[in-house]
Amino acid sequence: MAHGPAEGITRWLYTTNHKDIGTLYLWFSFAMFLTGGFFAMVIRAELFQPGVQLVQPEFFIQMTTMHGLVMVFGAIMPAFVGLANWMIPMMIGAPDMALPRMNNLSFWILPFAFAILISTLFMEGGGPNFGWTFYAPLSTTYAPDSVNYFIFAVHIMGASSIMGSINIIATVMNMRAPGMTYMKMPLFVWTWLITAFLLVAVMPVLAGAVTMMLMDINFGTSFFNAAGGGDPVLFQHVFWFFGHPEVYIIILPAFGVVSQIIPTFSRKPLFGYSSMVYATAAIAFLSFVVWAHHMFTVGMPIAGELYFMYATMLIAVPTGVKVFNWITTMYRGAITYETPMLFCIAFVILFTFGGFTGLMLSVAAADIQYHDTYFVVAHFHYVMVAGAVFSGTAAVYYWLPKWCGRMYDETMGKVQFWLAFIAFNITFMPQHFLGLAGMPRRYADYGLQFADWNMVSSVGAFLYGGAQILFLYNVVRTIMYGEPVKEAKVWEGAEGLEWLVPTPAPYHTFIRPPVVTSSAAGEDEWSISGATPHVAFKAAPGAG
Amino acid sequence: MLKRALALFLSCLSLMGTTSLGADGDDPSMGGGLTNLNMPKGVTEVSQVAYDVHMLMMWICTAIGVVVFGFMFYVMYAHRKSRGVEAANFHEHLGVEIAWTVVPALILIFMAIPATSALLKVYDTENADLDIKVTGYQWKWQYEHLGEGIKYMSEMRTSIDEIEGREPKGEHYLREVNQPLVIPVNKKVRFLITGNDVIHSWWVPDFGVKRDAVPGLFTAAWARVEEPGLYVGECTELCGKGHPFMPIVVEVKEEDDYNLWLAGKKEEAALYASTIGKQWSHEELMSKGEDVYKISCAGCHQADGNGISGIFPALNGSSIVQGPADGHIAVLINGIAGSSMQSFADQLSEVDIAAVIHYKRNTWDNSVGDIVQPIDVLNFKTAQ
Ligand code: HEC
Ligand code: HEM
Ligand SMILES: [Cu+2]
Ligand SMILES: [Cu+2]
Repeated sequence: MAHGPAEGITRWLYTTNHKDIGTLYLWFSFAMFLTGGFFAMVIRAELFQPGVQLVQPEFFIQMTTMHGLVMVFGAIMPAFVGLANWMIPMMIGAPDMALPRMNNLSFWILPFAFAILISTLFMEGGGPNFGWTFYAPLSTTYAPDSVNYFIFAVHIMGASSIMGSINIIATVMNMRAPGMTYMKMPLFVWTWLITAFLLVAVMPVLAGAVTMMLMDINFGTSFFNAAGGGDPVLFQHVFWFFGHPEVYIIILPAFGVVSQIIPTFSRKPLFGYSSMVYATAAIAFLSFVVWAHHMFTVGMPIAGELYFMYATMLIAVPTGVKVFNWITTMYRGAITYETPMLFCIAFVILFTFGGFTGLMLSVAAADIQYHDTYFVVAHFHYVMVAGAVFSGTAAVYYWLPKWCGRMYDETMGKVQFWLAFIAFNITFMPQHFLGLAGMPRRYADYGLQFADWNMVSSVGAFLYGGAQILFLYNVVRTIMYGEPVKEAKVWEGAEGLEWLVPTPAPYHTFIRPPVVTSSAAGEDEWSISGATPHVAFKAAPGAG
Repeated sequence: MLKRALALFLSCLSLMGTTSLGADGDDPSMGGGLTNLNMPKGVTEVSQVAYDVHMLMMWICTAIGVVVFGFMFYVMYAHRKSRGVEAANFHEHLGVEIAWTVVPALILIFMAIPATSALLKVYDTENADLDIKVTGYQWKWQYEHLGEGIKYMSEMRTSIDEIEGREPKGEHYLREVNQPLVIPVNKKVRFLITGNDVIHSWWVPDFGVKRDAVPGLFTAAWARVEEPGLYVGECTELCGKGHPFMPIVVEVKEEDDYNLWLAGKKEEAALYASTIGKQWSHEELMSKGEDVYKISCAGCHQADGNGISGIFPALNGSSIVQGPADGHIAVLINGIAGSSMQSFADQLSEVDIAAVIHYKRNTWDNSVGDIVQPIDVLNFKTAQ
């Protein structure tokens, strides 16, 4: 009955299987990660020394723009959608995603979006050169002609994200196995459910922003054109109304991953499950009402500044709750330090560090000095790279054995971790100093007083790039030659339905839903038909 | 370059041992900057309150970090499986969960108080002694001393040869302008900031002033500088390819010197008005025109007049350039709507406009031969 995948390329083109689509998303995202990384290498090579050496300033800002767009929309977001596709059905005991054909569509339009976007670099007049935040009127009246392709690409990405999120919402709401109540769902599922709502809410706002741009550029409207009675600041409000929730769209699934992995390697249930859920929801809500903290220097009225400052500071409370919960999960556990755990611990430390700088940035009077300098660049790389990318890497090492039935090489994993961790800090720690000392961001060239830390940062960046090649090597090697794993439960301390299915996970899982019974001790016991009962949750999260 | 990398490595080492260090030698191209780790305290009340709340926040965060990470490292050490510990099984504790929600909230309230009073300082723009209008252009600043009738452009002076490495980089690389903004010391100066084309941002770290220069919008910031001297700042909003090349230099003078300077400027303006009507010779116009072209036009249309295909049209061989003088004057005075070819009416004087037009009509492969006089430009302007 359970048939396997089709043969050849059509397997991937026509697939509606959540695992195949998850795999596609993950490889696509990795390809984009390397592409965006290549752009970053161009940037750091040019900034290695003061002066203009390798690329002209015009091309330099196209590189910064493309780097940001490709990393945010091409690397990080699809990576977590890939993880969601692979893991959510397996975590809630569903046979597949709720809307498999739409799933295929939402993936397959993405490569076109990015092909269009990246092709603009080769067009006459060059690619987008207005930063990933594409402020008008630099992105409208003053933009190169290729901006129309950029707008089209953003529309496609938005459509893809919205379809992906609808799918996730429908799956989580309708396809949970009997007995998998909301408050028993693994935290990764929770964070994705909330993220999906954020996406559905804000992607249309982004679409609105680029549509207004399109009208201004081609159809003579003046939404953002001061000469025609429009307002460039309006653009920033619209953009950040999307943009700030967007940064939480990036980080919430990462929180979910970390909340799965830390308990596994601490051999102890997640501390404060329900407060984790509430904190995630609180963060999501707050993320809608703080957007103008990116605009403290546009000259808003003071009442606005004060409001956005206070609201932003508030986000630190639920964020703090999460960090405390992770650390308390480790407290009195029996911790081992496999590669996924190392990445998660680095995540907790570096993300918290980025949270501290975030808190500093939220103080409007100080932000006047930080804004649009390398201090901000350092802040968001601590939260996005050490946050999202580290947790994504952790997730791959953690679930790879389940996906392909082979174990990665622990030593090589650790080498990659330490290389990434050290190189990351060499790259981005000095950027705090550069920003405080006065170096603005998006500069193709800089004064001599910034020379040394820029050189340090560039060296770190090349090393960090090397760490990613090592990551690719590790993954490919594991898939091809890794030590075979047979146990369903790959990690000693792992809990959750995904560890109930055989390793490697068969093409179809949970064709019949898993069954839950209550043990004498009041713990949930999950089993799949035919197999001996297997305790999946020692203590049902949230039940205690 | 290897030498520099080595020097850098050595100074990194010395940084570990001592805090006063290394690379800031006598040779400016040796850079330095390893000791530039923190925000400058600056020379105004606003920059000082910004510095104070920055430091306060930093120390609070450091303290929280020490406690949180200290506990975490202890746990990571003490509760390792390899030490033979047994994992506990608890997963909730209402008391601590409430505590770590409430305590951070209290710390935040404590932070919000100085943060609020600092912000009130920033916004205290009333009762200024003088007003300066600051306008951002691609890629230069214009300053106008309101009520004095004085207005000038401030552009970077660092040459393209220094930038592209054909000449050694000077001490003030990217931090030098042809005409700094001049303001008096100990006076409350209000800056009224706006943009002409795209958004720029006017930042002088030592003043604690950073304000976006948005087209169509005027916003106010202020500074009362306590020490005379030269202060350098940068544009901090991406504004196109010249973004790193529009530095800000402010010269703060004693009040008497400032008044002298102002009087000098006014005299210059009067002198200029008298040359507008004069008939200029071909040679005079060509040499002045070349200067203007290099500074104001070559950035887009390129020094050889051939532009960049697809973005900036070639002026060499252009029919507008070689056509009737009035059409050409119109382009410069009105700009070309919907493109980055802006109006130069407020940026360049009539003499400059006439000179650059005359220059373009008679250089490269262009040779029109007639002479465009400043008075023609003035007449065109007044006729509009
Ligand atoms: C910021 C970039 C920029 C600068 C600086 C600039 N231009 Fe232009 N210029 C343009 C662009 C873009 C166009 C084409 C506009 C269009 O037709 O849409 C143009 C068009 C022109 C044209 C019309 C050419 C034709 O054949 O259509 C003339 C003449 C001209 N510029 C002269 C000048 C002069 C003189 C200066 C210096 C005082 C100058 N420009 C500075 C960007 C610039
Ligand atoms: C404690 C939580 C956080 C606070 C208080 C905070 C605060 C801020 C503030 C005030 C800014 C604007 C700084 C400026 O431009 O002057 C900013 C920028 C930014 N933050 Fe955060 N932040 C937090 C967490 C995060 C997270 C979790 C992410 C993403 C994963 C993130 C991503 C970004 C990005 C991308 C920018 C720069 C946007 C740009 O201008 O390109 N931040 N943050
Ligand atoms: Cu934000
Ligand atoms: Cu700029």
